[in-house]
Formats: sequence, structure tokens, C-alpha cells
Amino acid sequence: MRGRYILPAMPLAATWLKPTSKGLYCEPGDFYIDPAWPAPRAVITHGHGDHARANNKHVLGTPETLAIMQDRFGDAAGGSLQALTYGEAVELGGVRVRLVPAGHVLGSAQVVLEHQGTRIVVSGDYKRRPDPTCPPFEPQPCDVFVTEATFGLPVFRHPPDAQEIGRLLHSLRLFPERCHVVGVYALGKCQRLLALLRRAGYAEPVFIHGALQSMCAVYERFGVALGPLLPASGALRGDLAGRLVLAPPSAISDLWSRRLPDPVIAMASGWMRVKQRAKQRGVELPLVSSDHADWDELTGTMAELGADEIWVTHGAEEALIREASLKGLKARGLSLAGFEDEAE
Amino acid sequence: MNGFAALLDALLFTPARLGKLRLMSEYFAATPDPERGWALAALTGELAFAEVKPAQIRDLVLSRVDAELFGWSYDFVGDLAETVSLIWPARPGANQVPALSEIIAELAAATRASAAARLERWLDALDPTGRWALLKLVTGGLRVGVSARLAKTALAERAQMPLDEIEALWHGLAPPYAELFAWLEGRGPRPEIAGKPTFHPLMLAQALEEGDLDALNAAAYRAEWKWDGIRVQLVARGGEMRLYSRSGDDISAAFPDILAAMAGEVVLDGELLVLRDGEVMSFNDLQQRLNRKIPSAKMLQDYPAWVRLYDLLEEEGADLRPLPFDERRRRLERWYAAAPRRRMDVSPLIRFAHWDELRALRDGARARGIEGLMLKRGDAPYLPGRPKGPWFKWKRGALTVDTVLMYAQRGHGKRSSFYSDYTFGAWRGGALVPVGKAYSGFTDAELKRLDRWVRDNTVERYGPVREVAPGLVLEIAFDSVHRSTRHKSGLAMRFPRVHRIRWDKPAAEADTVEALERLVT
Ligand SMILES: [Zn+2]
Ligand SMILES: [Zn+2]
Repeated sequence: MRGRYILPAMPLAATWLKPTSKGLYCEPGDFYIDPAWPAPRAVITHGHGDHARANNKHVLGTPETLAIMQDRFGDAAGGSLQALTYGEAVELGGVRVRLVPAGHVLGSAQVVLEHQGTRIVVSGDYKRRPDPTCPPFEPQPCDVFVTEATFGLPVFRHPPDAQEIGRLLHSLRLFPERCHVVGVYALGKCQRLLALLRRAGYAEPVFIHGALQSMCAVYERFGVALGPLLPASGALRGDLAGRLVLAPPSAISDLWSRRLPDPVIAMASGWMRVKQRAKQRGVELPLVSSDHADWDELTGTMAELGADEIWVTHGAEEALIREASLKGLKARGLSLAGFEDEAE
Repeated sequence: MNGFAALLDALLFTPARLGKLRLMSEYFAATPDPERGWALAALTGELAFAEVKPAQIRDLVLSRVDAELFGWSYDFVGDLAETVSLIWPARPGANQVPALSEIIAELAAATRASAAARLERWLDALDPTGRWALLKLVTGGLRVGVSARLAKTALAERAQMPLDEIEALWHGLAPPYAELFAWLEGRGPRPEIAGKPTFHPLMLAQALEEGDLDALNAAAYRAEWKWDGIRVQLVARGGEMRLYSRSGDDISAAFPDILAAMAGEVVLDGELLVLRDGEVMSFNDLQQRLNRKIPSAKMLQDYPAWVRLYDLLEEEGADLRPLPFDERRRRLERWYAAAPRRRMDVSPLIRFAHWDELRALRDGARARGIEGLMLKRGDAPYLPGRPKGPWFKWKRGALTVDTVLMYAQRGHGKRSSFYSDYTFGAWRGGALVPVGKAYSGFTDAELKRLDRWVRDNTVERYGPVREVAPGLVLEIAFDSVHRSTRHKSGLAMRFPRVHRIRWDKPAAEADTVEALERLVT
């Protein structure tokens, strides 16, 4: 395949960026992108557990992602940490590397690689809809686009955020004597939900499970305002009636939630689109809200970028490949090891 | 349609009765006529139209979506209506969003084939929740955990009116119930239902507690058997006949044999049973009939229905409910004797002088078809609901069996963080066979301890269910046990509940399936 964006030059992308058992490996630059096991050099797209892992020797990422990794891993965040702000470039063994906003969570980046006239973009996780907690996805025309596929089935079409926030606020009005507890992941979903609630005019303090506190502090340090937050653990049972509590998904179905007065169990996730999944988890108010691209965003982005080749990873590869072929696009699955169900 | 769809969606996920009532109340308050009336008809199962078949929906979606992509999606979602509602390619602004009343009006006039053709237009205009509700509606699969009675309760609570008032009118009304809403909101008169074969809310008995008898004067009470069927009401008015269940559901179509035996102008209260050669069959036999909306000729022959009469509420247009029980009973016997009656008889009174005589009868009441005794004050009028004092039910003692806890499932609402739903088993050979499920019979403190035990003894997890090691004996109380082809053990219990938790008893000493079989009635 010929490069079209830098120089009229040559080598096949797959000869210098290879899916390996450890993750995507860039041979001339001698680094891995989001390696599944500790690597000598790692470029990290964002702080979620299936992308950022502890104990890499050298880590390159946005300042926000590095701060998130330090918050999560402490000293194990990496031997040396190198910050690269959005748009800035570094040269690694003849490969030019840039990090460009992916619109997924704070600090999330697409990795743009240019080598001998070919441009490859690794999306990491991304979404296309606006998010008040991070800059929007910037489309980068490219020869090869490596896309995520978490919601790579045409049943996943996320509704507008305002609609889901509206349903939560409506339930708070309808059941004013009950506590509403929303299951959210610590990085991204928690803070976006808070920011969206504030935009919708919800000014009351929100009670936060202990496991969410430090990540909220990281966001606020980077200038994302989340409004008044209180620790849920210190609150008296009676004080939580009519209140909103955010907690990690594991806590809402477990012993922890017993302290809450007659809770409405909510959960904010793209998986809530499927009723059976929501019912199985005992969710009473499923909020369909995701930090990942939905089917329309995934397929729209593929078409928009016009890459010669699309590599699909992290999710439902087969359906996206099928859709690409129906549209006359060339796509293949990477079947990378080492990622589990996305923190979604 | 969007409002109705959002209501159905919320009802589906809301486990608690109180939450469901509030959702419905809010909907009825916020939605205009006739839209809300059609929604009420849908929730109470009063709609009738040619249902669209799943195959038609599948054809429709495959004309718009790649078969391969649809197949993977269906595998993932697992429900046809939901898959189609989510995968349907939107055409924003294609059509105006249809109202529920429009959809129902068009469906009522449509054949099965023309209904499917209209579907495509509606699917284009609705959002995913709207499409899901529409598909559930047109395929007749509207199951969101709301009974007709609960929907009417929402109306009653909103209007601060007794539910019985609505039940009494219900069968004289038709969708979209504009006059009912007007009356409930104080904007119109009570709807006129005279001469229509409507339901009369039943009088129910309180359970007799140990010690209650000491305070009661035996001479003031009459006793009769409590038959093990279902309470029904027979209504014959203006040449129309109806058979109603205890909660006011019209079950006439399922019992044409009873309907054919009715005549005159009466409202009767009785127990629906299956009788063969004059002998009452088990509740299980009655269940065969109750399972069929329309029975086959063979069902009618194999499971002949019968009504054993308890009371006469109306005769030749005269309301007898204010009369004392003794007087109603005299008129019932007179009415019965006046003409040959088929498929019904009068439940006999049991003569007694002292409570001890009845106690002996009740303890021996293990004969088939008898659930216990009823005590009724001779001077009491027929009062809808469950008034305190005039009627008591005195059930025969429960049976018990020692079982072993096998699986536990998380509960709902307040119990959602507790493993509160238990599947228990009995021994057969060296293995446990599940014989029933219980959700009640323990205190909050016991629930906490059970939950802890489940978490500590889990051997496998399946979603919200945990399999536990066989180590805890639950003594289960139940009213009776029957043969069943639907259960692996071949047995089904009625009203099982946890009687005692035998923390002390080794699992190996629990009962066998064989022991349970000996209690089958
Ligand atoms: Zn992610
Ligand atoms: Zn991911």
C-alpha cells in the first residue's frame, strides 16, 4: 500500500507496526502501544486498565494520562515517564510520534505514527460526541486506521447524553424519598456524569464512594470542575435520602450498598442498552451512556478517514469487518491478546 | 407513543410495587385522553387485534439490515423485538411519531398481513424504546410485571377511591375509558353500568390466629368447608353470562361448560373445582384447565369443571349483599332447589356446638379438595374487601419437609444486595434434586445470616445466582404437593416458605424426594 499523506513512498505498514502477543509493536521505533505485559518502551493511549499497565520501563503519554497512571499505580507507573502534550511530536528511531485527542477520557489520545511516508493512526479508545471533561476527537487522515470496537455491533447506538441525564433527574423527582446510587467506572464515566449533571443544572452535593475520590481529584487538578462532592462513607443513612451517590459497579450490588436508604440502583454504561444485561445486574434505572464510540460513530469514522486499511481491535471485530467490506473498505482483525472487558 | 414506551420501559425495570404505582400514576396524570385510556387497556390486557408473527418482523428487518450483522446482533441480545428495535436503521424525520391511539385504531382495522406493512412506517418514526414497545404490543408480548389489578390500583390511589369501586365498574366499561377518567378526576358522573354483567368485588376472610377462637362466640358463627379450588363469581344479567376470578378477571372463555350451565338473573359466589364422578379432584387438575385460555373438547371431558356455591349476592335485580349471611344462605338454597342446576351445588354447612368439634374436623381435614374451614358470622352482611371479624379462614396445618439449600439468587429492590431467593432440594440416590423455591418465612436478622452463609459457601456463580455447597438444611412449610411434569423432581409445592433454618442439622439427614412423594395429593 502506498502512503498518500507524507511522501509518495513505500513500505507496507504491516512491516513496521506488528500485532504481537504483547500488543502492537513498532519495530523501527522499538516501542509497544498499550502493551499487555511490562515492556522496555511503551506509548500509552489512556489510563484505563486494558491500555495502561504498571511496570513498563519507559512510558510515553499525555501529562494527564501519566498523572492518572501515577494515581493508580504509584511508583509502579513506570521507570521513567515522558510527557507529550497534544500535537507535540517526538522522533523515535525514525518514526515520528504525535498524540492527538481521542475524546474518550481525560488525557486520552490517538497515537499518530509516521514512517517513510506512511501514516498509521492508533485510535486507542475514542468517541465522537462532545464531552465536557476532555477535548474532542480530532480526525487524522491516514493510510492505516487502527480502531477500537468495544461497541462493534449495530445494536449499540447510544442515545443523546441529555436524554439519559434527563431520565436520572426525572427519577430523582419521582422518588424524592429514595437514594439514587449510580454505578460508574472510576476513570471517565464518573467525572463525565458529574459534569453533565452540573450542565443540566443539578447543583446539589453528590456523594462519592471512596474508590472514586482520588480520580475526581486528578480531574479537578487538570481544571475539570465537578461541583460539590461529599464522601459517601461519612454520610448518615438519613442524610442520603433523596440524594445522588456514585459508586463503582462492584459496590452497588454488594454489601456496601446496604447502608443506603431504599436505593434506586442505576448504572451508567453502554452495555445498559441491552435490557437483559441490565436486568441480570439488578439495575432499576439503566442509563445508556458510554465513553466509547457507538456503531454509528465507529462506522462513520471509518468512512470519514478514508484509510486504505482498517485494523480492528479491542471488541467485536467481526461485525465491524463485515460492515467495512459491505462499504468496500479493506479491514482485518488484530485479535490482540491481553484485553478484558473494557472499563465501560 | 413515546410516553407509553417510556412508561413500559421504566415498569420493566422497577421491581417494587410502590415504584410501579407511582410510575403509572404519573403517566395517567400527565397524559391526555384518549392516549392514556388506550395505555390502560394495553396494561390491563383489554386490547384485541390480529397479532403480528415474529417471522413477519424478521422478514421486515432483513429487508433493511444485512443478515450476517443481524444474526450476530440477535445472538448477543437474545430477544427478537429488542434486537430489531436497536438495530433498525433510523430515518430521522421520516414520519411523524404515531400516537398509541392511532396505532391501536389502525391495528384494529388491519389483517395480520396489512398490520406488518404498517409496522415499517411506525418503526421509522419511533426511537429505540418506542420501537421496542411497539413490537411487544403488536406481537402480544407486553410483559412488564404489571397485572390488570395493579394498573387499576394506580387509578384508585391517584383518585383516592377504593379499588373495589373501579373493579365494580370495570366490566361495564370499554377502552379508552374517558368517562372513567372523568369520574375519577371529579369532572363527570359515575359511569352507568346497570344491566351489564359486571363484577362485584368479593368479601374475603381473615386468617384465624391461634387464640382467636377464645374470644369468639361459637353460636354466632356458621362453618363450612374451605374447598381447594379458586374463588369465582358467576354473573347472569340481562341474558349475558360471565365467570370472574377473585380479582375480577373475566375467565368466561376458559370455562364454557360452566357458562352453559348458568341461567336466570343472579350473582353467585363459589369455588371453582374439577369434579369427577362427584369427587373433587386435586388443585393440580384444576390447574390444567386454568392454564388454557380456550380449552379443547378433550380438556372439557377429562377435566370437567364445577362450582360449589357459597353465597347469593343478587337475585332478579335485587342486591342481597346488605342482608345477613343466614338470610342470603336461605335464599341461595331456595334458588338452588327451584330448578335443576347443572355443574353446581351448594357447599354444605357443618353443624357444630363447640369450637373443639371443629378443631377435630380441621385436624382431620387432609381429604382431597379440602383446604380447611371457613367461619362466617350469621348476622353479617356481604362486605367487599377483608373486613375484620365477620369471616375467618381456618386452614389445615401446613406440611413440612427438611430440604437442603442448593442455589441462592439476589433479590430485588431493598433486597438487591442480599441473596434472598432460595432453591432447595431433596435427596434422590446420592444426589440433590431441586424441589422448590422460597422467598419468605425468615426475619431480617436471619436473612443477613443466610446471605453471609451463601457468600461463604459459594461453589459457582451464574450471573445473579450462586450455587452453594450442600450444607444448610431449610425446613420448608407448604400447603400441599402435586405431580408436575415441568419440574425435574416431578413434584410442585404450593406456597412453600422457610419454616425454620436448621443451622444444626447435617445436610445428609434432610428428606428424600421419595418422602415428599408420599405427601402428594
Ligand atoms: Zn478506555
Ligand atoms: Zn479499552
